[in-house]
Amino acid sequence: MVTPEVRFLAAEKIPTLLKRLGERYRVFAPVKVSETTVLFQEYREGVQIVLDRQTTAPAKEIIFPQTERLLSYTYRKDPEDPQKIELQVEEAPQSAPRTIIFGARPCDARGFRVFDSVFTAGPYEDPYYSSRRQQTTIVTIFCTQPQNTCFCTSVGTGPTDTEGSDLVLTPITEGYLAEAITEKGKELLQDEAFVSAQERVEEAQRAKEGIKLESELDLEGIPQRLMELFSTDFWERVSAKCISCGACTYLCPTCYCFNITDEAAGLEGERVRTWDSCMFYQYTLEASGHNPRPTKAERYRNRVGHKFSYHPINYEGMIGCCGCGRCIKSCPVSLDIRQVLREAKAYG
Amino acid sequence: MASIPNPYLPQIGTVVKVIQETSNIKSLQVVLNDQERMNSFRFEPGQVAQLSVFGVGEATFVINSPPTRTEHLQFSVMRAGEVTARIHQLKEGDPIGVRGPLGNWFPYEEMKGKDILFIGGGIGMAPLRTLLLFMLDNRSDYGKITLLYGARTPDDLCYKEELQQWGQRDDMELILTVDREFPGWEKKVGLVPNVLRELAPSPKDKVAITCGPPIMIRFTLQALAELGFGDEQVVTTLERRMKCGVGLCGRCNIGTKYVCADGPVFTLAQLKELPPEL
Repeated sequence: MVTPEVRFLAAEKIPTLLKRLGERYRVFAPVKVSETTVLFQEYREGVQIVLDRQTTAPAKEIIFPQTERLLSYTYRKDPEDPQKIELQVEEAPQSAPRTIIFGARPCDARGFRVFDSVFTAGPYEDPYYSSRRQQTTIVTIFCTQPQNTCFCTSVGTGPTDTEGSDLVLTPITEGYLAEAITEKGKELLQDEAFVSAQERVEEAQRAKEGIKLESELDLEGIPQRLMELFSTDFWERVSAKCISCGACTYLCPTCYCFNITDEAAGLEGERVRTWDSCMFYQYTLEASGHNPRPTKAERYRNRVGHKFSYHPINYEGMIGCCGCGRCIKSCPVSLDIRQVLREAKAYG
Repeated sequence: MASIPNPYLPQIGTVVKVIQETSNIKSLQVVLNDQERMNSFRFEPGQVAQLSVFGVGEATFVINSPPTRTEHLQFSVMRAGEVTARIHQLKEGDPIGVRGPLGNWFPYEEMKGKDILFIGGGIGMAPLRTLLLFMLDNRSDYGKITLLYGARTPDDLCYKEELQQWGQRDDMELILTVDREFPGWEKKVGLVPNVLRELAPSPKDKVAITCGPPIMIRFTLQALAELGFGDEQVVTTLERRMKCGVGLCGRCNIGTKYVCADGPVFTLAQLKELPPEL
C-alpha cells in the first residue's frame, strides 16, 4: 500500500504518536518547563507539550550539542622504560541514533540549512554534525501566529517555508494537516495516528493562505552596505549598549562558532567541542596578547557582518539568519538587529 | 553510511629532534608513527599543521621543512601561550599529534623565472625557510635569491647553522640585521624596513615575500611600496587564533575569508580586498 503524502493528525493523538515513535527514534518535542519557558526535550509520557508558541531556545543543540566529545586520548608509560610514553587517540563515535524533532518551526529548519552550508558542503565536512543531521527527521509546524519579533520573511524564509523540513504540519480544527516533504517524512506518515485527510485539505489550504507575515526589512544590497560601513563609527554607536553577554549567540539557530579544548584527567582525557561566541573578547585573543577584535564594536560588527554579509557572499546569497527574533527577545539591553540593519541602510 | 574523513583527528607522531633556536624558540622535528602515512604525507610550501599536546590542546604552525626534504616535518615554536609552553617541554621520543597539511601555500609556480626577495623578522623566518629551501632545491627555476633577515638581538635569529651555510652560498645573497649594536656583531644594524630602504632593491621581475611581527610587516609593506613594488609582487602570511583549522569554527575570519582555510598566504593585492581587521 502506498501511503498518501497528505494525512490528518488529530491533536489528541500526539502523545500516543510520540510514545510509539519513541520506540524507534529519539523523539524531541517542545516541553513546558516553567510558566515562561518552553524547551525541546526528549519526550516522556506526562510532559506538557506546547505547540502554539516558539520555543525559548531553538532546536539546534539536538543536532549540534553545546558540548560534545570529538576524541579520547590515553598516555601510557612503559614500565620497562618510564621515559617512554605511548599515546593512543580514539575518535568519538560518529554514528547517531535515529532522531525526530517534533514541533520545530520553519526558522529552526532554516537554521539547520545554514549549518548544512558550512558543515556538510565541504571542502571539509564535519562528520559529527553530518551523521546526526542525516539521522534526524524534522517535523515542522507552520506558524499561524508570528510574534512581533519574528522577521523570517525578511531573510528568505517564512512561516510556511518547507525547506529543510521532512514533514510539515498546518494547524487546523482539532489537529494538523500533515504533508510529507521528504522520504523521511513519508516514513512517519505510516503511523496509524495519521489518518485520511479527505475534506480537511481545503481548510488547511485556507489556513495556510491566511498566514501572513509581511517582509519588514529591505536587505537589498546589505552585504555591500555593511562592508562600506566597516571602518566607520557606526559599529561603536550601535553596539554601545551591548554588554557582551553572548545570549544572542547561544540562542541563535544559525550561530555555529565553536571552541575545541582538552579536558585532562591524569594520563587520559578528552578533546571536546563546545559552543563559543564571537561576542567574547577571548574568542579571537592570540597568545601574543594581540586581539584583532578587541572591543565590542568589532565583535558586534563581526556578528552582523557574518550573518548579513560574509555568509551570503560565501554561500550564494543565503543570509545567515533565520529571523526567529530570539536575539531581540532575549537581549538584556534590547539591542534589536532589525533596527541595526535599518540604520545601516540609512547611515551616513 | 559512507565514512567521512575526520578533519579533527590528528596523526600520532614522534619528536625525533629538538633544536633550541633562541631563548624562546625551539624547532621540533617530527615523524609520523605510521610509516606509510609519513611516506605519503604530501604538502606544499607554506601550508600549516596543527600540533597537539593532548591534555593541553592544539595550535597552528607552518611546516617549515620543505616538501623536497621528507625525512621529517619541522616546526618552529615560539613560547607564548599554554600550548607552546607545553610543546617546549617535549623531548626527543615524546609523542605529538599532527593534523595537516592545512591551508593554502606560496604561489611558487607563478614565481618561476623571477628574482626572489625574502624579508623576515624573528619567528617570521619559519615560513620563509620552507620556501627558501624549496627554491634552493629547485634552484634553476628561480632568478636571484636574496634573504633579508632581522631580529632584535643576534641570539634571536633562528636557524643559525643554516644562516652560516646560506651566507657562504654563491647562488643567494644573505643580509642579516639586528635592532641595535652588539659586541662582536659585524653585520647590519637597524630595523628590517630601514635596512630594506637602504638596500633599495629594484622591483623589476621581483617578488617580495615577507613574514614577521605585525609592526615589522606594516613598515616593510610601506617600504616596498616606496620602492615601487606592486601589490601583486608582495606576498605575506597571516596568523590568527585558530581552533578547527578547516574553516568551520568561525574565529579566524577576516571578512569573508578564513585565514586557516583560505590563507595563510595572501598577496598584498588580496589583503587589500579584505576589510581592515588585522
